[in-house]
Amino acid sequence: MSESNGFEPVIIGFCCNWCAYAGADLAGTSRYQYPPNIRIIRVMCTGMIHPNIIINTLTKGADGVLVCG
Amino acid sequence: MVRLTIDGKQVEVEKGSTLLEAAESAGISIPTLCHHKSLTPYGACRVCVVEVEDSRGTKIQASCVYPASDGLVVKTDSERVRRCRKVMVEFLLARCPDSPAIQRLAGKLGIEEPRFRKKNEDCILCGLCVRVCQERMGPGAVNFILRGPDKKVATAYDRSSIRCMACGACAQVCPVDCVDLSKIAARPPRPIPSEFEMGMGSRKAIYIPYAQAVPRAAVIDPATCMHFLKGTCKSCENFCDADAIQYDQQDSEENIEVGAVILAPGYDMFDPRQVQEYGYGRYPNVLSSIQFERVLSASGPTEGHIRRPSDHKAPKKIAFIQCIGSREAGERDYCSSVCCMYATKHAIIGMEHEKGLKCTVFYIDMRAFGKGFDNYFERAKEQGVRYIRCKPSAIREDHQSHNLLLTYQDESLELATEEFDMVVLSCGLTPCSGVADLAGKFGVRLNEYGFCQTDTFSPVETSTPGVYVCGPFAEPKDIPETVMQSSGAASKAMGLLAEARGTLLTRKEYPPEKDVRGQEARIGVFVCHCGKNIGGVADVPSVAEYARTLENVVYAEDNLYTCSVDTQERIKQMIREHDLNRVVVSSCTPRTHEPLFRDTCRMAGLNEYLFEMANIRDHNTWVHMNEPSMATDKAKELTRMAVARARLLEPLKRRKLPVCQDALIIGGGLAGMTAALELGNQGFLVHLVEKESELGGNLRHIHYLFNGADPQSHLQKTIEQVRQHPKIHLHLDSRVIKVDGFYGNFESTIATESTEETVLHGAIIVATGAEERRPTEYLYGEWDRVLTQTELEERIVAGAFAARNVVMIQCVGSREPERPWCSRVCCSQAIKNALKIKELSPDTGVFVLYRDIRTYGFREQYYTEARRRGVRFIRYDPERKPVVEKNGDRLRVQVHDPMLNQELRLDADILALSTGIVPRSDSDDISKMLKISLGQENFFLEAHMKLRPIDCATDGIFVAGLCHWPKAVDESIIQAGGAASRAATILAQKEMELGGSISEVIDANCDGCAYCIDPCSFHSITLIEYALNGTVKKTVEVNESLCKGCGTCQATCPKGGIEIRHFRPRQIETMVDAILQPS
Repeated sequence: MSESNGFEPVIIGFCCNWCAYAGADLAGTSRYQYPPNIRIIRVMCTGMIHPNIIINTLTKGADGVLVCG
Repeated sequence: MVRLTIDGKQVEVEKGSTLLEAAESAGISIPTLCHHKSLTPYGACRVCVVEVEDSRGTKIQASCVYPASDGLVVKTDSERVRRCRKVMVEFLLARCPDSPAIQRLAGKLGIEEPRFRKKNEDCILCGLCVRVCQERMGPGAVNFILRGPDKKVATAYDRSSIRCMACGACAQVCPVDCVDLSKIAARPPRPIPSEFEMGMGSRKAIYIPYAQAVPRAAVIDPATCMHFLKGTCKSCENFCDADAIQYDQQDSEENIEVGAVILAPGYDMFDPRQVQEYGYGRYPNVLSSIQFERVLSASGPTEGHIRRPSDHKAPKKIAFIQCIGSREAGERDYCSSVCCMYATKHAIIGMEHEKGLKCTVFYIDMRAFGKGFDNYFERAKEQGVRYIRCKPSAIREDHQSHNLLLTYQDESLELATEEFDMVVLSCGLTPCSGVADLAGKFGVRLNEYGFCQTDTFSPVETSTPGVYVCGPFAEPKDIPETVMQSSGAASKAMGLLAEARGTLLTRKEYPPEKDVRGQEARIGVFVCHCGKNIGGVADVPSVAEYARTLENVVYAEDNLYTCSVDTQERIKQMIREHDLNRVVVSSCTPRTHEPLFRDTCRMAGLNEYLFEMANIRDHNTWVHMNEPSMATDKAKELTRMAVARARLLEPLKRRKLPVCQDALIIGGGLAGMTAALELGNQGFLVHLVEKESELGGNLRHIHYLFNGADPQSHLQKTIEQVRQHPKIHLHLDSRVIKVDGFYGNFESTIATESTEETVLHGAIIVATGAEERRPTEYLYGEWDRVLTQTELEERIVAGAFAARNVVMIQCVGSREPERPWCSRVCCSQAIKNALKIKELSPDTGVFVLYRDIRTYGFREQYYTEARRRGVRFIRYDPERKPVVEKNGDRLRVQVHDPMLNQELRLDADILALSTGIVPRSDSDDISKMLKISLGQENFFLEAHMKLRPIDCATDGIFVAGLCHWPKAVDESIIQAGGAASRAATILAQKEMELGGSISEVIDANCDGCAYCIDPCSFHSITLIEYALNGTVKKTVEVNESLCKGCGTCQATCPKGGIEIRHFRPRQIETMVDAILQPS
């Protein structure tokens, strides 16, 4: 993900405990290597992520938001 | 008793105590070098000086020898004491300037360089070694000799001592590590080899067998303890605060009354000394596989670094030799089932641990027959593990380098000799020692190899009723099969003891919960190394160090394994010691470990919701293995997020709900029927749903097994039992069309063509089966001489079989990119049919074209038998598959034999294809209906490949039989029993606890707009009105037993009128803030 200009995006992922978060765990157990730019926040269901949270996350400076569930 | 004052504290101690002991009893620590609890005080080092004030004034005294008396006022850390102590240590530093222990002590007291003339000694003349040898051990092998500046510790005449027992006590007590036992003892000191480290590490005479031992208690080994050998020592009792050491403890016999017995004695590894040609025990760099397992372990003798025993260097080339002690005609004509995969695991992990390491596996057949195993094997090849199909007959050693030479036949059929730095012998599994004795006590029959004798249709039952078996004692097997069989054995026992269930139950007691409301957060952070998994990539101590700098963190530490039993105890202790009201663990995934840590918090009186986890392994070190500094930064950031969230956590209460104690089983094949009977026998009502008009599934097509068992009579018997069982409601020609609810309280609709019925149940067992694949290859479907193995079996049974030559092709459409799995049973099925043909028509030629013969466990003997009876096995490479064409009214099969490097042409009257097992087409629908996952092959996915092979990730749903993975008849029965046992863990409860993370109405913000009502999938929200200050206030109300805590309401509400406890918007956003704050 590292561009030639050195830009390192900060990506915040909201992941459902039952699927996407488990998927991220599986990537770990399978030792899939990916760039360390993402921070995953576990939620019990992505249905609980209020749109305001996503907007706030972007306005506070995140370069990307991933809602995965 | 005497009363005195130490550092302003009133202290009361027994008469005769020293000041040092008095201070210790008051929790005041005084540094000392020459004091030992088990030895008489000596006052040599003078580091323990204190200031003593009595009626005659103040004076400086060594606290280890000065008796406590009434009215004394003692200062242990006054300016004068510090000055005196500093001078004392300065003297010691001048005497021993190179001693690390003295340097450390000096550093603590702020001494950089001694002002006195330096000597070059290593001994501080504390006399601990002299005292321990005389007072505790007896021989007095060392003593002080000479006087004044020449005084030193030595043996008699300064020669190695014949009185010395080489017990090592002197080295143990020496505070500056300067005792060289080999110079004292005439006999060479021998460390006590650790059994757990397979002799590669040492242990003490009193020891805890291994870190995960249950119970985690120390034992004394009387064969090595000096007290038991010589009647001396007894030092350990002085150190045990719990007073738990009992030297006179004896073995005792207890009588326990039980209604059922489960035998699970495990196995022994085959002792490779029995095959001398491989040099184990003679060549230092030949290890057994279990030794190599210890070498790979972060807590092992080399801390996870692979080192050669001969020179402690990292090996560059390791060879693994398979089938050591397995697949040997005669005494051990069975396959140990696990070695191919553990060797593959060893090779992969070895290459992860040591960069540049090259691993080569020498094997006969690659038996990757378990779920996901072939994928793992293919991955190993991609990662560079070299596989050579040849078992070297011996190992030779280069005496100079201790390298090992292996001679083998390479791919071009030439003999090659290759040098390796280390060889690992993949040892098989044998019955454990003493098991014949155990079996004798229970009257249990053993088979010819000394394992427990079982029957195909009763695979957890021994020859003695009420005595059940599980694990490798029944047959060598891997972890998932062991877990399944143990659940299966438990089910049998529960069936037998159904009436007594719960009568001996004791409930776990938790201490009362601390009230933390209104308290400022006091957070404790525990950062886990997870052996090498985290610690091998990220700098864990620096993460703990960083955590200490975070707001509200009052305590942080790093642990080798935070989940280990001793660390759990430590967490509880730290919660009490530092009055923690929040706990953060930075380790692995909360999906597996949160319950454990939450329970630990509860045990320490902390509400379980005051716990938070940061996943610095699965989401960090495992996926950023090559970027250690980034991984360390990310671990810090993830920890910071967890700490931020921990600050805002609130204590929550769990709710209770009644459980429906009936079960639903989908599928009326062997697995479904077996599970139904097991549950029925345990007293639970079962709805057994079969889509066809008759029971039996795939078993209807199996007519014989190679051990002579009769599947059809077992099938008829089982169907009869199911039909007559009072607890089983049979639903034939039926399908489950809808499933609502959740574990403990499912509500399902069962439909026939004309009716629909709704049933309530607490658990679901999915046993929907799978099917033999219809091939498209090799003229199948075009000609009736080309059959599947099952069709061949039916033709043989129908008596319509006649052929001069039968050719069988294995792995047709299996282990291919399109269907990359091994169907596990086809090799055995082919051999079963081959043997049947040879039995009926000994002159018929049978040729089996195979890639690997995977007759695991006791199936191996039938492979041997088939070869003995003249069945020809010809291997083919997947790159050069056999070619089949019509040749008049016969078939011609052309195959390249890599063993001969020749093309062979075989004429066949019948071609039987082993086509493998494929999932049913309705798996997708069932998966969606039950919300359970499918693996990439479309078989149902278990919650954990090894440890939870029967449970689905969705609570309350279990799998059994072929729908989970291809398996043999006995294995389906085992898993079905296991599924019943797992389901019973839910059904046996009258009520269940539900989580506390559900929605909460914030009445002040809610204006009753009702936006949240429709989106709630669980219909748990209703609109209400009530009178408030003379007006009508509208608001919503949550039915707490229906709410699942999904939080759709929270996301829908524009006014902050409804929130999910534990996941309130501010609890989520604080993590976002923690990420985005500049670090």
